[in-house]
Amino acid sequence: MDGIVGKKSGLVWAVHLSTLALVILWVVPTFGLLVSSFRTGDQIVGSGWWRSLSTQVQQLSPVRISGDEAEKDGVFVIEGQLFVAGTDVGAWGTSSREPEAFGPGASTDLGDGVTLTVGADGSFVLTSPTSMADLRMPRVFATASTPPEFTLKNYANVISSPLAGQSIGQAFLNTLTVAIPATIIPILVAAFAAYALAWMDFPGRALLVAFVVGLLVVPLQLALIPLLQFHNWIGIGKGYLGIWMAHTGFGLPLAIYLLRNYMVGLPRDIIENAKVDGATDFQIFTKIILPLSFPALASFAIFQFLWTWNDLLVALVFLGTGNDQQVLTGNIVNLMGSRGGDWEILSASAFVSIAVPLAVFFSMQRFLVRGLLAGSVK
Amino acid sequence: MHPALQALFVIVVGVGGCVTYFYASNLLLDKVLFPASGPNAGRNTNRANMIRPWLFLFPALFLLSLYLAYPVFATAWLSLFAKNGDFVGLGNYTRMFGEPKFGESLANNILWLIVVPAAATAFGLLAAQLTDRIKWGNFAKSLIFMPMAISFVGASVIFKLIYDSREADLSQIGLINAVWLKFDGGVGSFLMLRLVPFLLIGCLLLAITWAGWSVLRPLLRGQGDGLLVKAARILGALVAAFLAFELGIWLYGIATNDLPFGQPQVWLQKPYWNNFFLMAVLVWIQTGFAMVILSAALRGVPEDTIEAATIDGANPFQIFFKIKVPQIMGTIIVVWTTITITVLKVFDIVLAMTNGQWETQVLANYMYDKLFRALDWGMGSASAMIIMLLVTPILIWNVVNARKEMR
Repeated sequence: MDGIVGKKSGLVWAVHLSTLALVILWVVPTFGLLVSSFRTGDQIVGSGWWRSLSTQVQQLSPVRISGDEAEKDGVFVIEGQLFVAGTDVGAWGTSSREPEAFGPGASTDLGDGVTLTVGADGSFVLTSPTSMADLRMPRVFATASTPPEFTLKNYANVISSPLAGQSIGQAFLNTLTVAIPATIIPILVAAFAAYALAWMDFPGRALLVAFVVGLLVVPLQLALIPLLQFHNWIGIGKGYLGIWMAHTGFGLPLAIYLLRNYMVGLPRDIIENAKVDGATDFQIFTKIILPLSFPALASFAIFQFLWTWNDLLVALVFLGTGNDQQVLTGNIVNLMGSRGGDWEILSASAFVSIAVPLAVFFSMQRFLVRGLLAGSVK
Repeated sequence: MHPALQALFVIVVGVGGCVTYFYASNLLLDKVLFPASGPNAGRNTNRANMIRPWLFLFPALFLLSLYLAYPVFATAWLSLFAKNGDFVGLGNYTRMFGEPKFGESLANNILWLIVVPAAATAFGLLAAQLTDRIKWGNFAKSLIFMPMAISFVGASVIFKLIYDSREADLSQIGLINAVWLKFDGGVGSFLMLRLVPFLLIGCLLLAITWAGWSVLRPLLRGQGDGLLVKAARILGALVAAFLAFELGIWLYGIATNDLPFGQPQVWLQKPYWNNFFLMAVLVWIQTGFAMVILSAALRGVPEDTIEAATIDGANPFQIFFKIKVPQIMGTIIVVWTTITITVLKVFDIVLAMTNGQWETQVLANYMYDKLFRALDWGMGSASAMIIMLLVTPILIWNVVNARKEMR
């Protein structure tokens, strides 16, 4: 008996540890970008985000000494500050071959009586018995330790200032403008159709359900050119009206499928009793079906919102690329092209775009899961 | 008008319009056309009830036909015309098949189609089984599920930071390169980069070979399955064979490759392997989806079958593979096909991370290139038709199943 119990608890431990490993593997990528978005640009490129809490020791880019000389007691002196405040110089040197020759506060003789002193805080004193006007100024290489630093500036920066066509703040509004009508309008259209397919008897019903199921998997790539032609033909061209209609059309199959599956499961008695009491189909739909289907409506709304918010292709094709029309995803793709190395900008922009869907996700996960289970096809 | 105001206006008009349409058309039907009163009350009611479903359905059907059904045919038609508008018949298709970039996209797409659904389903199944019986399972689930909410573009930014590479004398900020540089070719490197992967891949190879064999075996025995099931068995075995072949190559590579220790690698520019780095993004996103569905299916497995197996002395692994998995096979197939469809449409990840350079092109991005960069609508439509062709088996499968359920 002991053996079995021992094995069991071993297995339980293995399950806990494997789950933990899996969760870490899945969370770390997002976490890394989140941490990076709060670091300054220098810190991001200075060390990996996993070391963001430790003080960085790094080679600073060399600085050539400059400044106005002043004469003090027959000695010419240049004083100044080499690095930004807060830098803690650990070692310094004047040639690239020996960048860590001297400690902080040490002096070195550069020849002809010229001496250079660099302090721990990055301040320097250059003295010479003769005027240094014609002297080629030395370069200082330094290794400095900078304390961990977190900032909200990246967010302030990307939200207000235009970096790739327009600011992320503007793109955020554009995305909202696309997503909200494109979420609300299909629901109503689909709900009526779903009711007809679920509870009304008419010839060809099975065929129509099959039609909807078939359309669920049609790749929207096929729709791009014909619909663009159609939009140009009816005169709305590229713009918000076009993208709202496109998202409505593309979202309908899932909406109808999901809502029909849910409505079919509603108790038959309620509907038949209402019919016996003389309610019309319209009344049954608005008074009974719609309120009862709320969970399904909510789960579809979440799907459609996430999908329209996160979409890139439909926006690129149907919305045009003007500044008042670019959406978040498009803006980020542009940033990746033009500022691929500026992680402080990219990470903050990405998180602005991720924040809303994540909030929706965590607050309404229950409905999302239910919707997935009801119609896992799209 | 400001777009935000316009949006509000459209919501009001759209919702109001829908409500008005449904309400007014019903009123028209009941009160004006076929009033349920007077001498023909009974006949009128019947007629109204015959027409009403179509009133309810009309807006949806109209939009579906216009926005999804019609484009399929229009695209098929457009694919027969050259860039200058001349009718070329199947000329676009032959030209496309001659293009090396198209061959590359097709080959990559097939790789994606096999690896991503397989990996996402496998990880999803693993996560579902692991989180099923532990206390913090729901918390773990929602963290693994979270990437579902993140856009493909956002995920691309996230993973681009992970794959980031900088020169050897700078400190690496990409996680993979940082880990990679920890290996120096010593004993630890041999253990972690050769022995462990070799054993893991070897086990995986054996498991896949076994799975492929057990899928194919009933067919060889001449079991009387339907034609569809037979086709599915052959397809399954082919997928397994492909994966086994691919893994065999890996195994050989792991054993013999000369690894460039100490040099940071530009992961996204390594042909063939970069495809897998892109696929990882999609697997990361889709695993949560697979997990949620499979976890519900696992809970639906009847408890008494598991109890019976336990009493017969089955160990947890046997219970999982021989009792649970066979019972949720239907759900696994649904998850697999759903992810397959997502894979066929994948576009954002490739566009954002490599834009098809370094041999990572896929069909959807190839099509976008043709349509909106080369402005060759004929070729673009032809490649869209290839995507449609690849989806068609799933479409037929879904429709057949839906019709079965309706009966």
